[in-house]
Amino acid sequence: MKPKFGVVVFPGSNCDHDAYYALKKILKTEATFLWHKEKDLQNSDVILLPGGFAYGDYLRCGAIARFSPIMNSVIDFAKKGGRVIGICNGFQVLLEAGLLPGVMIKNKSLQFVCKDVYLSVENRNTDFTNQLEENKILKIPIAHGEGNYFADDKTMKELVNNNQIVFKYSSPGGEISEEFNPNGSTMNIAGIINKQGNVLGMMPHPERACDPALGKTDGQGIFNSIISSLLN
Amino acid sequence: MFKAKVLIKRRPSILDPQGKAVEKGALHLGLNNIKDTRIGKYIEFTVDTDDKKSAEKEVNEYCGKLLANPIMEDYEFTLEKVA
Repeated sequence: MKPKFGVVVFPGSNCDHDAYYALKKILKTEATFLWHKEKDLQNSDVILLPGGFAYGDYLRCGAIARFSPIMNSVIDFAKKGGRVIGICNGFQVLLEAGLLPGVMIKNKSLQFVCKDVYLSVENRNTDFTNQLEENKILKIPIAHGEGNYFADDKTMKELVNNNQIVFKYSSPGGEISEEFNPNGSTMNIAGIINKQGNVLGMMPHPERACDPALGKTDGQGIFNSIISSLLN
Repeated sequence: MFKAKVLIKRRPSILDPQGKAVEKGALHLGLNNIKDTRIGKYIEFTVDTDDKKSAEKEVNEYCGKLLANPIMEDYEFTLEKVA
């Protein structure tokens, strides 16, 4: 059995095809596109919300996408324990939908940052990270203008206490400090998971780090973790 | 029918990098007394009902669920009866 990824397509999504390509051609799993006006998740085993600028990112990033018909189905799916991964704009949609806590604000530098970053994996015991090598620092690109994660003190404490911070921006050697924080994100947060462990949001783009032809493959481990968790 | 005017402000505890950058422009203009620039949103629309209570209810829902994100923003609005 090959797990099937449902890749949601909003008007303005622009990493949907990258994700589909990485899943289908590199990771050799099943994938299908899910148009935002549909309600049917087409028996997907996992839902992927891709990067881009859904609905032009008008009002706030992800604010309008959150009310599209497909999102009602995705929210139901997530509440029943279905696995959902939101990448970049997809992470912002998950925050707006309330499936993950907190908000994204503009990068501290006010600049759109597009570059490879290094990620320290803070929690390997999740359905999204269980196949990642021990102590390995991931090299995965980011491309965003609003990736500055913010949450109030109470939420931050909960994230820490429940081990919900999954990825932090770090140096190539794993040092976590302001110097290696590309956007001003609280505690260098690059990715978090919900308390139940079935919804992950991350700003970096693992789908852009899958094809060996592109010179980096650290993103594969994240998708392989999801696939392996679905097969077990 | 009512005309709604909504003002959305970022909570004081939330950083506003945009406001900070804009304020740098004030310095370039030679305006040295400008401080604490914070950028919000102004949104206006009409509500097609003659019942003020139900108009308020609808505007509150629009603001609380879509126009503002209550995690980082506060909103206030006025309703004015129009023909």
